[in-house]
Amino acid sequence: MCTAICETTAIRGFGRGQRGWFPVTQATVAFDHTSHGEAEHALLLDFANYDLGTDARVALELDLASGRALLERLRAALEAAEATGLPG
Amino acid sequence: MWNSFNTDAKLSITAGITTYAAGGGDEIHAYVARPQADGPLPGIVLVHHLPGWDEFYQEFAERLARHGYTVICPDLYCRFGHGTPDDVAAKVRAQGGVHDDSVVADCEAALRWLQAQPSASGKVGIIGSCSGGRHALLAASRIRGFSAVVDLWGGGVVMSPDQLTPARPVAPIDYTKDLEAPLLGLFGNDDQAPSPDQVDRHEAELKKHGKSYEFHRYDGAGHGFFYYHTPMYRPQQAMDGWGKVFGFFEKHLQG
Repeated sequence: MCTAICETTAIRGFGRGQRGWFPVTQATVAFDHTSHGEAEHALLLDFANYDLGTDARVALELDLASGRALLERLRAALEAAEATGLPG
Repeated sequence: MWNSFNTDAKLSITAGITTYAAGGGDEIHAYVARPQADGPLPGIVLVHHLPGWDEFYQEFAERLARHGYTVICPDLYCRFGHGTPDDVAAKVRAQGGVHDDSVVADCEAALRWLQAQPSASGKVGIIGSCSGGRHALLAASRIRGFSAVVDLWGGGVVMSPDQLTPARPVAPIDYTKDLEAPLLGLFGNDDQAPSPDQVDRHEAELKKHGKSYEFHRYDGAGHGFFYYHTPMYRPQQAMDGWGKVFGFFEKHLQG
């Protein structure tokens, strides 16, 4: 890796990719070379279950501003969801 | 040089995927491209970049083969499984990257594979871009037997202590004293990985140890300026760079 910026966490949920819906077990957040984007580097988000195969992956390549916006909205949605007291 | 063949030359290459006994004796995939000629032919180990063992690298191998080299490009991610290059590269990234020792072992085995070919001249170079440039330099520093090494904008040659990881435990610059092969480095001045400052520090280390090297730095280019499939492509700088690569290999592998 050229930047070596990469964070991973175990997650529990489902993602929809090439194979339809599948259980996701790992999220990776990196800042490194893009595979598809127009920039040299991007925030790379992968939601995957590599036990099912390398194609069990939902991928995003975002610019940093989008990453920050997503983080803020994710935090806001989490706080609102937790305030409901509903299980999730 | 590129596009300098005679139009009546009987130029032909073969290319395809094979397996070879890589590091640890593991049978892994490699893309091999070679001229259809009796030889003797010099060889090149082609080290793929972070985005994986991809179509760009297949075409890269074929281009080198058309210039008279037997080329082997190992799939350094082969042990992680198979799928599209993007998917496999993402899995490797998620698992912390391929270990430097694994890459060096696979490159050493590729060197021996080339030397064992009936058509081999005995001279072997190594080249890669991006992480492959770093790995090419690392392999040439840790393995005896390469006659030339080309680092195309390899990031992570200069590393701060906090950038060292279990998979990348030593910065390649720290092996500079062990490098025996002459080095060609091509860099974009707008690149940040490696940054111009990091290239300066690498060059200072090479000078300090009296190493044979050529560095060429391009204005108006960032990272990956050979990559014609991306917006990073800079045709003028890339074609000049290809000329430098062909000239360097011709001098050190065909002389």
